[in-house]
Amino acid sequence: MFELRNVSKSYSGRQVLAPLDLEIPTGRTLVLIGPSGCGKSTLLRLLLGLLEPDSGTVLFGGEEMAGPQVLELRHKVGYVIQGGGLFPHLTARGNVTLLADYLSRPADEVRQRVEELRQLTHLQPEAIDRYPAQLSGGQQQRVALMRGLMLDPAALLMDEPLGALDPLIRAELQRDLREIFRSLKKTVVFVTHDIGEAAYLADEIVLMRQGRIVQRGTIEDLLHRPADPFVTDFISAQRNPLEDVKGAGVK
Amino acid sequence: MSTHRLLSLLTVVAAFVLAPHAASAQDERPTVRIGSKAFTESVVLGEILSRLAEDAGAGAIHRTLGGTPVVWHALLAGEIDCYVDYTGTIKEEILKGESITTIEQMRAELAERGIRMSQPIGFNNTYALGISRKLAEQHPDLKTVSDLRRYPDLRYGFGNEFMDRSDGWPALSAAYGLPRANASGLDHDLAYRGLEAGSIDVMDVYTTDAEIEYYGIRLLKDDQRFFPEYDAVILYREDLEERAPEVVPSLLRLAGTIDEAQMSQMNARAKLDQVPEPIVAADFVLEQFGIESNIELETRTQRLLRYTLEHLRLVGISVTAAILLAVPLGIVAAKVSWLGQFVLSAVGILQTIPSLALFVILIPLLGVGPLPAIAALFLYSLLPIVRNTYTGLHDISPPLLESAEALGLPSGAKLRLIELPLASRAILAGVKTAAVINIGTATLGGLINAGGYGEPIFSGIRLDRNDLLLEGAVPAALMALAAQGVFELSERWLVPKGLRTSAGQAE
Repeated sequence: MFELRNVSKSYSGRQVLAPLDLEIPTGRTLVLIGPSGCGKSTLLRLLLGLLEPDSGTVLFGGEEMAGPQVLELRHKVGYVIQGGGLFPHLTARGNVTLLADYLSRPADEVRQRVEELRQLTHLQPEAIDRYPAQLSGGQQQRVALMRGLMLDPAALLMDEPLGALDPLIRAELQRDLREIFRSLKKTVVFVTHDIGEAAYLADEIVLMRQGRIVQRGTIEDLLHRPADPFVTDFISAQRNPLEDVKGAGVK
Repeated sequence: MSTHRLLSLLTVVAAFVLAPHAASAQDERPTVRIGSKAFTESVVLGEILSRLAEDAGAGAIHRTLGGTPVVWHALLAGEIDCYVDYTGTIKEEILKGESITTIEQMRAELAERGIRMSQPIGFNNTYALGISRKLAEQHPDLKTVSDLRRYPDLRYGFGNEFMDRSDGWPALSAAYGLPRANASGLDHDLAYRGLEAGSIDVMDVYTTDAEIEYYGIRLLKDDQRFFPEYDAVILYREDLEERAPEVVPSLLRLAGTIDEAQMSQMNARAKLDQVPEPIVAADFVLEQFGIESNIELETRTQRLLRYTLEHLRLVGISVTAAILLAVPLGIVAAKVSWLGQFVLSAVGILQTIPSLALFVILIPLLGVGPLPAIAALFLYSLLPIVRNTYTGLHDISPPLLESAEALGLPSGAKLRLIELPLASRAILAGVKTAAVINIGTATLGGLINAGGYGEPIFSGIRLDRNDLLLEGAVPAALMALAAQGVFELSERWLVPKGLRTSAGQAE
């Protein structure tokens, strides 16, 4: 679905992405994970053409994500960010249908699709006509997901969408997301720094560090066949309360 | 959606505001435009010239403008055809830099500029320095300008024109060796109040001013014969003779008909007895030339209605035009960063030009009347609207911008559907600021005959009448409050509901 060929990116002289190649398969959930500043969010933005690579090319379905066709290609990709990025001047419904309305999709179809998505994302019926400021954090995230899925895109990009939520809501949304990813069979690229979340959602994990890919594989590969000591360090750094209580650290 | 609303609102405002402009029938008679400076004597003389022009079969429009530079430039620019000035002023102020010793030289210099000068009207209205009755009683020996040297602590308050003119305070203080720094500038008519109240000790007076007698002001003898003669004369454009051949001889009948006592008496009637200037002038032309005039004075309600419509027109047109330019400029400033700083600085500099100066600068380009006032107000409105549009767009939080970008909307649609609605509250606040400030600033239009609430304010100052002053000041303040209210209401209509329920643009 996505393909990066020799893509690199620097900001004001500091390299955030070393030249790298990456192929993202269709219909699976790929999680990009790594410490802050490892380049995972940059990579996600490059996929959608929100950033221009310094070198190399980004392909989506064989077409280059650049130039005049980029707007059209973006219609085939949903994008959800931390906090949801909902437009405060529009209701939840207005946010979800903004692009469809702009593209003059038939009103009946749009209305039907919104209802479908509302049920899929488990958003309460009364929330759909509220403004973002009147919604809870979890509701905002569900609306953002509806917006991302509105045009039934081929792929869904999510940048730490659950990062700002409290643990209970977060767990609930993680469950809902996994269900949605499984049922829709979309290509999902999901950025997080939480290894538990990654393990829960991913078909495949790409662990990054300082602009490079350290290892790509399933959670089992990362746990049992680490490509680098950093892989084990990164995984074990995230505190497990059960082990803390036992008083026995991993190391 | 709200963009459409904004456009429809603008159309309504524009239609309302432009309407008074539309109707104005032209008749066959030549029209003579008569100017006057903003003090009573000049206004009375302007009214007299109007009656004389009408008596010769012409239509007359009388415009009261600001001080000498404004009226003179209006004459040169053909905005007015004639007005009354004084030989001393012509020599020392209008033609300063030319060395003129005789009346013939003055005539020749004026002719080079296409301006003719009549024979003297008959009275000499020179400058003099005066002190209040109270001060005169305290210092019986203070009789001449030279005597002022013995009282270094006196506070001088002079008309703004006298402060700056080459034949005014700079030269006078040098000639008499008086301390130049003790003087402050203020409006001539306000100076009388200041002298009476004791906040200044010495002021400049025009010798035909009615207040001299009224307040018992002692005039100090010009013992070094510093002040030249200020014979009142009519200045008129050469082309008036072709355009309205009957009018010029009719105007010139005024020569030699008014002496100092008569002028002083007319000033006293207008200023102290509160007889409207048109009536003072009508009585004079009836007695002197047997001309019957038909003066229709507006009732207070009619006046207030006219001021209000004129004022709304000044503010409405200027702000509407400013929105049409400033919002796009603000968008450009926000989108093209190198241009942004330039645009913001440019409109910022416009704002620093003093408003009266800007009005006067615009006269050669746009004449007098509402047009230069609208142009000046338009320029002043740009900064708040450009800056708020820029800030409103610039302050949209990066996650929202990124979400907008990720949707794949073309930049025009993104601006219309997302960015402008998000910035709408800031833009509207900028428009509100511009409108409220303009309602105040527009009153200065009274100095260039722009109409509106400035007219009664400046008449009130000129005639020392608080009732007239308040006729302009109170409605202007009320209009500013009303504008504030209207904009707050329109926020409900123009600013999307979602932005009003939350604290701001960012979540």
